[in-house]
Amino acid sequence: MQQYSGFGLFKHSLSHHENWQRAWRNPTPKKKYDVIIIGGGGHGLATAYYLAKEHGVTNVAVIEKGYLGGGNTARNTTIVRSNYLWDESAHLYEHAMKLWEGLSQDLNYNVMFSQRGVLNLGHTLQDMRDIERRVNANRLNGIDGEVLDPQSIKEIVPHMDCSANSRYPVMGASWQPRGGVARHDAVAWGFARGADSFGVDLIQETEVTDLIIEDDTIIGVKTNRYGDIMADRVGSVVAGNSAVIAKMGGFELPLESHPLQALVSEPIKPVLDTVVMSNHVHGYVSQSDKGDLVIGAGIDGYTGYGQRGSYPTIEHTVQAIVELFPMFSRVRMNRQWGGIVDTCPDACPIISKTPVKNLFFNCGWGTGGFKATPGAGNVFAASLAKGEMHPLAEPFSMFRFHDGALIDEHGAAGVAH
Amino acid sequence: MFHIYCPHCAEYREEEEFHAAGQAHIPRPLDPEACSDKEWGEYMFFRKNPRGIHHELWVHAAGCRKFFNMTRNTQTYEIKEVYKIGEQPSVVAE
Amino acid sequence: MTQQNRLQSGGRIDRSKPLTFTYNGKQFSGFQGDTLASAMLANGIDVVGRSFKYSRPRGIVACGAEEPNAVLQLGATEATQVPNVRATQQELFNGLVSASTNGWPSVDNDVMGLMGKVGGSMMPPGFYYKTFMFPQSLWDTYESMIRKAAGLGRSPLESDPDTYDNVNQHCDVMIVGAGPAGLAAALTAARGGARVIIADEQNEFGGSLLNTKETLDGKPAAEWVNAVVAELATFEDVMMLPRSTVNGYHDHNFVTIHERCTDHLADIAPVNQARQKLHRVRAKWVVLATGAHERPLVFSNNDVPGCMVSNAVSTYINRYGVVPGNELVLMTTNDYGYQAALDWDDAGRKVVAIVDTRASGCGARAEEARKRGLNIITGSAVIEVQGSKRVSGVSVAAISADGGKVIGSVTKLKTDTVASSGGWSPVIHLSSHTGSRPTWDDKIVGFVPGPTVQKQLTAGGINGQYDTAVALKQGFDAGQKALTETGLSAAEVVLPKAETLKSDTPMTLFHIPHIKPTSAAPKQFVDYQTDVTAAGIEVACREGYESIEHVKRYTAMGFGTDQGKLGNINGMAVAAKALNKTIPETGTTIFRPNYTPISFGAIAGRNCGSLFDPERYSAMHKWHVEHGAKFEDVGQWKRPWYFPQGNETMQESLDRECLAVRDSVGILDASTLGKIDVQGKDAREFLGRVYSNAWAKLAVGKCRYGLMCGEDGMVFDDGVSACLGDNHFVMTTTTGGAARVLEWLEIYHQTEWPELEVYFNTVTDHWSTLTISGPNSRKLLSELTDYDLSNDNFKFMDWKQMKVAGVPARVFRISFTGELSFEINVQANYGTHVWEKLFEAGKKYNLTPYGTETMHILRAEKGFIIAGQDTDGSVHPYDLGMGWCVSNQKPFSYIGKRGMNREDCVRPNRKQLVGLKTKDPKAVIPEGAQAVLDPKAPIPMPMEGHVTSSYWSANLGHSIAMGFIKGGLDKMGETVFYPLADGTVIEAEICSPIFLDPKGERQNV
Repeated sequence: MQQYSGFGLFKHSLSHHENWQRAWRNPTPKKKYDVIIIGGGGHGLATAYYLAKEHGVTNVAVIEKGYLGGGNTARNTTIVRSNYLWDESAHLYEHAMKLWEGLSQDLNYNVMFSQRGVLNLGHTLQDMRDIERRVNANRLNGIDGEVLDPQSIKEIVPHMDCSANSRYPVMGASWQPRGGVARHDAVAWGFARGADSFGVDLIQETEVTDLIIEDDTIIGVKTNRYGDIMADRVGSVVAGNSAVIAKMGGFELPLESHPLQALVSEPIKPVLDTVVMSNHVHGYVSQSDKGDLVIGAGIDGYTGYGQRGSYPTIEHTVQAIVELFPMFSRVRMNRQWGGIVDTCPDACPIISKTPVKNLFFNCGWGTGGFKATPGAGNVFAASLAKGEMHPLAEPFSMFRFHDGALIDEHGAAGVAH
Repeated sequence: MFHIYCPHCAEYREEEEFHAAGQAHIPRPLDPEACSDKEWGEYMFFRKNPRGIHHELWVHAAGCRKFFNMTRNTQTYEIKEVYKIGEQPSVVAE
Repeated sequence: MTQQNRLQSGGRIDRSKPLTFTYNGKQFSGFQGDTLASAMLANGIDVVGRSFKYSRPRGIVACGAEEPNAVLQLGATEATQVPNVRATQQELFNGLVSASTNGWPSVDNDVMGLMGKVGGSMMPPGFYYKTFMFPQSLWDTYESMIRKAAGLGRSPLESDPDTYDNVNQHCDVMIVGAGPAGLAAALTAARGGARVIIADEQNEFGGSLLNTKETLDGKPAAEWVNAVVAELATFEDVMMLPRSTVNGYHDHNFVTIHERCTDHLADIAPVNQARQKLHRVRAKWVVLATGAHERPLVFSNNDVPGCMVSNAVSTYINRYGVVPGNELVLMTTNDYGYQAALDWDDAGRKVVAIVDTRASGCGARAEEARKRGLNIITGSAVIEVQGSKRVSGVSVAAISADGGKVIGSVTKLKTDTVASSGGWSPVIHLSSHTGSRPTWDDKIVGFVPGPTVQKQLTAGGINGQYDTAVALKQGFDAGQKALTETGLSAAEVVLPKAETLKSDTPMTLFHIPHIKPTSAAPKQFVDYQTDVTAAGIEVACREGYESIEHVKRYTAMGFGTDQGKLGNINGMAVAAKALNKTIPETGTTIFRPNYTPISFGAIAGRNCGSLFDPERYSAMHKWHVEHGAKFEDVGQWKRPWYFPQGNETMQESLDRECLAVRDSVGILDASTLGKIDVQGKDAREFLGRVYSNAWAKLAVGKCRYGLMCGEDGMVFDDGVSACLGDNHFVMTTTTGGAARVLEWLEIYHQTEWPELEVYFNTVTDHWSTLTISGPNSRKLLSELTDYDLSNDNFKFMDWKQMKVAGVPARVFRISFTGELSFEINVQANYGTHVWEKLFEAGKKYNLTPYGTETMHILRAEKGFIIAGQDTDGSVHPYDLGMGWCVSNQKPFSYIGKRGMNREDCVRPNRKQLVGLKTKDPKAVIPEGAQAVLDPKAPIPMPMEGHVTSSYWSANLGHSIAMGFIKGGLDKMGETVFYPLADGTVIEAEICSPIFLDPKGERQNV
């Protein structure tokens, strides 16, 4: 793999950038792989990368129906944090956080992980109880965090209305300094380039049309472009489209796919240095390196695969942002878009075996998918390599919805579902 | 924003008056005690979640407060029909 | 300052109304009818900004929504700052204050520009992904440098003084765009009797007809426009919205229109006027008549100020009487482009050359140019521009017939203006907002709207039809179709006759070759605002970013505030060429709302501050305010939290309130609790199914506490229900849970058990609920009623109908404090009356008002839970130690029964709610603290459960707490530790949560 560096940029500028290598190949798939990963988003590509890098499993194909990183990786608000309530999810997201912290160097691709800190605001007494509970749990789990009062919040976000005058005054916040944002596309591309360098085949514009199952065991997939491709193990990492793949496997999942919308302002000069999230007034905002205010909206209540949601959801979010930052009223909204989030009843993901042998699923991340990317890929890769679930993944079995061992993270999910 | 015909009010109303309440036609098992954990879990949580034609439950929350069913395409968001509880859809997925 | 580029006559400006404005601190003048851009051009202002990445000087390129460069900061005061206003869309007003957004020390002399020149070659697309990685510790420093370059304009730092309105509209036909097609559609639909809304982003209707010298029926086109507008104004059901951009087209024909009501008057709205309105329109049919944007060509240094699209040149001349330069070189791939040269010539300035990329051009406009003797150079292109802050000349060379390479020698021409026309791109943005993918049309060399499920019609330029006659006809057809589809009858409209100019086939060409390869040629800009060049797109493709989405994201093409209106198609063409594909094979371009940016304030409307969410008050709210209550937000309610007196601290108030209740009597406004009236012969059966405990035998006149669980067995609400009659109950819910519980009851009734005859109605607001609690509460109440309140006649958990203070009341003898209590329910309007009467009579008992916090303490002394505080959706009744509230004898498998018997719900060592007594009686464990068995254990430390409720109890003289502990009900007397953030550890003993009066005698007296 060609190393990227400042010196490399200088060197290539002398040849007018005509000699850069491809970031990844465009291969024709083989007949059979050790592992096929369905879905070339951030999680799928991370899975492929760690399979090759940490487990030496390089005979791997990632099959993507569109282009790499074109789903929720390309559509999220790029927030990274690990301050989840329950031990199971806290450990999983913190595993991801630790990987984030060296990811650019590991991938030799700058994913621009920017630890600007994340504030989760509390507006009611119960919000504050929940924040105390979560921060205490985080601290004892080795995750950074503290509870801030409005005065300290004001120092971090001087332009936010922390007065008692708003409809739901800010009473406090949890603060995770190690949280922040990352450059979403770069994450997919960095993992893609890394996986490719180990020999993983990234097959774009190719849709899996069916699973090939014999004796309740998966042995391959059917595709629209390359016919049947066989595999010993198959991992499905298709987020909002998980139900479609599950149906091919003859089972249902405890999931609903909903539209989740986001929007950005026009780029403005730096005015917000950190990530501000409010569950209660229903909005979250950060400012990108380019200057856009990146704003996440709520989840629409209906099932939707259209990558768009309803306008009142946008309205409500913008109201929340103007309520929190009255001076943004004259700033202008540039673009809005939607993703498809697959939500579980307990707001936690599924990383699991399935009723079909050798078929594994990673899905159900709801609003939490992006921040988990390296961690989810890492534990899913370990599970696919060994055929047994990684200990961090074990609590996230789809079968928890049978026995009742749910992990209810609604309080930490950023937006109430 | 959807424009929804409430079969009880017999009028089109804005989506803001309604709530989506998930997949329709999931009857509560008549004898819950006879269900295994798996069956009970599937009743509570497991869903079709289709891309395409979907039958779902809606409630006219800020209107008549009545529930009804809707057949809707989850890809195009086209509403194919609405029908009352107890009735069966006339538009179904192939 | 003189307006050196202003013509003596012509245009739609009013020369009798001069206006002054400032740009970067200097004063200039313009006229009523100018845009800021036309006034700047009139004054010869060349540089309006610096580019994002390379800090190159940039000038005005276009004349409307597609303008990428003239993006300015507006506003005379801090509070009225508006960032990123497109000068081409901002009408000039007297006193307008504007500034360029980038460049230091000034936009004309920018230090970064030098950096851009030197370092630019090291900034290919995605360069930031390839560097700033080493050492890892320096990333913060690198990033703060990157962020310095961020943004265009700046946010105001003060709150917005203006107001904004949201308006709901309904119509039969929503017409977007008031050019020839839109006006024809509107006239047709209006005459047919339809309810019509027609919106246009410009200050006046007419669209392209305002920018040309075209005639209709032999008269200036504007006359027809005026006549149509005048006629439309006579229809009651036609709403005309100029200065109104349809910014979003949503599902089921929901359209949003951003109307700028006062932005053309001043930077702050006149008193009592909304600055902007956001119309929320539900239309039966939508007619998109949005026209087209001209595409510039991509050639070296095509961003030097003085380079414009040809149609903008014509518009500035014809509409604003401004010639944006002295000498013109025009490059075109089509006949229409010639118009700019003809208009330039008409304005009396010098046309240096018309460079036609085709071997010959013989359309009507080309013939006219030839007739006038203008210098036409065919089969050639402007391959490079000279100049830095203004064009000084161009290099022209012959190119191959396919436009792929330079084949002739280079000639240099002197000029200060270069116009280019690469054809037109239909404005299809709105049509793709609802997920419809545009389709490529080879004939018009552009994307047109794709198939859609919306009730949408299109007319004119959006279809790639640029002749006025065709646009008029398509507008008329769309109007007629909308009429028939909405059940109205066809209308009579005679369309005016438009001139049709003969035109020759345009050349399909986007990217002009240079003598050097693209990678080495001077920069050829595709997307000005994001500094994306043809070479950059080639690098992206070479590196494997082959999907058009990858190209866009890797290079940032189309991510500016103009969303690539000028550049996207050119960029796709460059990518297609690099990948050896056709444009449709390369992909398509999906536009999202907004068409152009809109103020957050306009979207939010009035729904901020106190209107962000309604505030709900009980009937006694005024009394609480007058008596100094501090309030707590509970759901939408404002509930009194505590009632401080004098200089009391909060804890002093709580101590006083708590003691008063247990010593004498206190009063709580409990009106906010949800109240649901349940009637019908199966009401009792229904309650038995939705509560975990038994209801079959509850007699009329009795009350009972119940727990409500989900199908998973987890508690989600609780409350007391009273049996008013055999078929009549009133259920209370938590304050925050009322709406959810009602919907819960309804869904089960309507979808599962419709055979049960039962009806639910919310009566929360119908009643005021006044709870008096304490040993003297009976004495107090007896002073206001004749009813026999004795323990024999009125037992604990009874309710009675009586008169209190002369008012009919339902009095419930229930207790959430453990004291003798009466919950007095009266019709809401009588609440304050009874409340005040209680205080009159209560003086001698020291009747003390208390708020939610004291209520929380008093109930915690008794170990009573609060759903939502002591529950979190993951605990069932047994976890709460409330097995007594579960009846497994009921024949019907009530909601929650099966759920709480799942494997994980019956396993040992679940977290269970217990009481916690601190070793140090003065130490109050913070709520949310986590219990551990060994506070010295290494991190991550195993946790046993958290504290849900914790208070100082003035009555007991020590702290009290409730919390979850794994297997806690079997660990009475054991010790747990709470390590706090400050490093201290609080030690506590697990105990019963009932700290006071464990036998419950006080409430029974």
